[in-house]
Amino acid sequence: MPPLDLLPGTLELLILKAVSLGPRHGYGVLKRIEQISGDRLRIEQGSLYPALYRMEAQGWIASDWGESENRRKARYYRLTPRGRRRLEAEASKWRQLVDMMGDILRAEPEAQP
Amino acid sequence: MSWRRFIRREAWDDERAREITAHLEHEIDDNLARGMAPDEARTAAQRALGNVTLVREEIYRMNTLQRSETLWQDVRYALRLLRRSPAFTAVALLSLALGIGANTAIFELLDAVRLRSLPVSRPEEFVEVRISNATHGRTGNFSARHSMLTGPIWARLQNHPELFSTLFAWAATRFDVSDSGESRGVDGVWVSGSFFDALSVRPVLGRLVQPSDDTRGCGSPPVVISEGLWQRQFGGDHSVVGRVIHLDGVPFQIAGVSPAAFRGVEIGHAFDVAVPICAEPIVSGADSRLDRLDAWWLGVIGRLAPSVSREQASIALASLSPAIFQTTVSPRYSTTDATNYRTFTLAAFPAATGVSDLRSQYEQPLWFLLGIAGLVLLIACGNLANLLMARATVREREMAIRLAIGASRMRLCRQLMVESLLLAVTGAAAGAWLAGAVSRALVTLLSTPDNALSFDLDLDWRVFAFAVGVGALTCLAFGLLPAIRATRTAPAGALRAGGRGLTDSREGFGARRILVVGQIALSLVLCVSALLFIRTFWNLATVDPGFRLDGLLVADVDYTRAGIPPDRQRDYQAALTSALAALPGVSGSASASIVPLTGNGSNDTLVLDGKPQKPYPNLETVSGDYFQLLAIPVRAGRSFEARDTMATPRVAMVDQAFARTFFPGAPVVGRTFTFESAPNAPSPTYEIIGVVGDTKYMDLHDPVGPIIYFPSTQDPQPGSGVSVLLRSSAGRSATAAAIVAAVRRVSPVARVSVHELGTLARASIVREQVMATLAGFFGLLAGLLAAVGLYGVMSYGVSRRRGEIGLRMALGAGRPRVLRLILGEASVLVGVGLGLGTGLALLTARSAQTLLFNLKPYDPLTLGASVLLMVAIATLASLLPAVRAARLEPTAALKED
Repeated sequence: MPPLDLLPGTLELLILKAVSLGPRHGYGVLKRIEQISGDRLRIEQGSLYPALYRMEAQGWIASDWGESENRRKARYYRLTPRGRRRLEAEASKWRQLVDMMGDILRAEPEAQP
Repeated sequence: MSWRRFIRREAWDDERAREITAHLEHEIDDNLARGMAPDEARTAAQRALGNVTLVREEIYRMNTLQRSETLWQDVRYALRLLRRSPAFTAVALLSLALGIGANTAIFELLDAVRLRSLPVSRPEEFVEVRISNATHGRTGNFSARHSMLTGPIWARLQNHPELFSTLFAWAATRFDVSDSGESRGVDGVWVSGSFFDALSVRPVLGRLVQPSDDTRGCGSPPVVISEGLWQRQFGGDHSVVGRVIHLDGVPFQIAGVSPAAFRGVEIGHAFDVAVPICAEPIVSGADSRLDRLDAWWLGVIGRLAPSVSREQASIALASLSPAIFQTTVSPRYSTTDATNYRTFTLAAFPAATGVSDLRSQYEQPLWFLLGIAGLVLLIACGNLANLLMARATVREREMAIRLAIGASRMRLCRQLMVESLLLAVTGAAAGAWLAGAVSRALVTLLSTPDNALSFDLDLDWRVFAFAVGVGALTCLAFGLLPAIRATRTAPAGALRAGGRGLTDSREGFGARRILVVGQIALSLVLCVSALLFIRTFWNLATVDPGFRLDGLLVADVDYTRAGIPPDRQRDYQAALTSALAALPGVSGSASASIVPLTGNGSNDTLVLDGKPQKPYPNLETVSGDYFQLLAIPVRAGRSFEARDTMATPRVAMVDQAFARTFFPGAPVVGRTFTFESAPNAPSPTYEIIGVVGDTKYMDLHDPVGPIIYFPSTQDPQPGSGVSVLLRSSAGRSATAAAIVAAVRRVSPVARVSVHELGTLARASIVREQVMATLAGFFGLLAGLLAAVGLYGVMSYGVSRRRGEIGLRMALGAGRPRVLRLILGEASVLVGVGLGLGTGLALLTARSAQTLLFNLKPYDPLTLGASVLLMVAIATLASLLPAVRAARLEPTAALKED
């Protein structure tokens, strides 16, 4: 199965989730998402950083310079309390959406009276 | 987006670059680990990330103030547009500059009169000490502009460091600085030793008056001159210190020069010379007020001691008061006055903004003028909004196209607002510049020869904020509506409609009509207030004072230095008076203790049959020729004659108002009266020998009231000065020199100043004159602006309806019918506007009530005249477009479509 493209507007949610699992740098966020998705998801790398800064400006994530596992300087992102609330809200919205979509798609033709 | 990040965006960009590099390095590491060749690993990583510059640019843009950068574009675009329509730009800028200038100028005056603090640190600690409970008034002699306390009270107030860290007294005065002959007055101020120190004034040259200068007896007192006088009279000569100037003929040594920026504590009045209070007896001689218990002439201001509040100071002053007032009762006071005096209580009043007699006089008129000027600005804004909306219809297509290709409404609105803002800012800047000149001109208008006003009119933050605020408000007022309207176009509709307004929005035109209605309503308000103020001034200027004013000159003669003993002063005054009557061109002369209409006055409590009476009659001591000279008719009895002397019983004459008030319906001649008096000096009994016509006394504003006249031949205390009234056919300038010469023949050391009584009397109505001038000017301006607005809307309407009118005419409507159609439409607008305006005008007039003279605020004549005037203006403004419509060639008009 070829990798899927991301639905618009879902990148932020994925980043929030990835960062919620522990602080990581930009590349790490990318790898983590792809890894969880079982490499089924393809993320446009160019849109990752603008999204990160937008979210940082919103106060959902915070960042600091740190040293990575292979001894490279990298900027580490972590979830803020505001980000955690945002993640919960967005995740619950997403689940409702999925449920609703599923219900609609499972609908059978109604029996004619 | 924060400013901090905007400013640090270069550093940010750098950081992003490092972060992205780190990202690449990580991916390359991974790729290498997967066994790629180094080159391949790098290329693959870069391919995965895409265009790094693009990413960085996107982030960079996030951190820019995008608005500010497009704002700059908008400004340049607006500038280009404004340059392309110079006529519109000129009209807009001119009306804004005038409107904002007038408003700012009036506010500047208001600020100077009302709001400005004394130029000291922590001005809020300054308090004025005065009597808080003089409900029954104070009795005695009031001789300065701010006569609040007497010398003896001031002496007892000093030495209370527990209340005031510094306390000073002052009194404004006029000094004659001429060395001989006709007097030349300058504004002076008596100051206590601590005056300059307390107000933290530093000398420009030499030294200022110090506490050691103000000691009893005074020695040889110094004088401090103002920087203005130093420049005018001494050409800024640095060797001026130590030179001698004569004040009222007394030599004073100049100690120093005070800075021009320091004007003293009385708002609106500056001083040219400052002299220690202790020198007052030297200058005034026997008339000295320093130790007189009933001479009110001093103002007292102090800085509260640390940690003393104004309330605490007031409480402390109240507890000091009984001791002060018990020990300073004047023996001249009657029993009632003395009892009243003993109850006086001192208190501390806020004085952070100095003291001012102008405040009560000018504050309300200035607020009113500010309102009027604000309305004019509003009308001008209406016109601008109208013009902008007319322009918007022209630009409708441009807007439609831009909306169609994706411009947001906000973006277009912003662009249009930038255009308005540019106009408003430029207009406000020009207005603020104009305001300086206008407010100075206003001060000159309000000044009279004997009462020069001087204000600190430097641009302070309040004036600046006001100009900026007015500019912003005007921008909103005239820019917002057109901007919203212009961008509300539905793109499809506007594009389809093409250039000509087949489907021209009724709504837009409706907004313009509403604007015109508002303008007409406001113009009527301004027209009514203009007429009210003009009629007030007219009423005052033509009010009958009860005597013939034309050709009357006043010669104030001061012969203090002649040293005439009191018992010879009566004859001396008579000699002076008759010497002036003999001058060529002079048809008569008379002396008067109070020159009428000059704001001076004297009154006392009348006692009839042992009972004190209200109101207090005004008092006037005159020579026998007074009534004949002023053409005041003698209604009953006789006038003063030479046979009324100190040796004969005391006589008096009264005016008809006196007779009406105290003896209604009864004969007056032959009745007697006395005054309330001190127990040890009983008042003589006066017999009324004649009744004369009513005259105005202190001021043209005052209604006529009871006046008692005494003969100068029975004056018990003539004093060392006299005012001689004389009627001259030649006028002041031609007669003044002869008068001075004649006086000097009688007394070589006497000083004379000569004025026209008419000029002096008019000085008291200068406020009304300025109000009438300004309100008239603003009213005219408003009428013109409204006419322009109406003309614009009507001719736009006509040009829009060319097709329709052509059709009507083709179908048989005659020209008169078309004329009626257009005029009818205009009259609806004017009618609604005038209807609204009448209501507003009545409200406005009511708030101006106290500023009017002999005029009801609901004056039907004024209102009627204003409405007629507005109708005339409106007819003229709409006649032109109507005639143009009626002259339309139907064929031509129809072909255009």
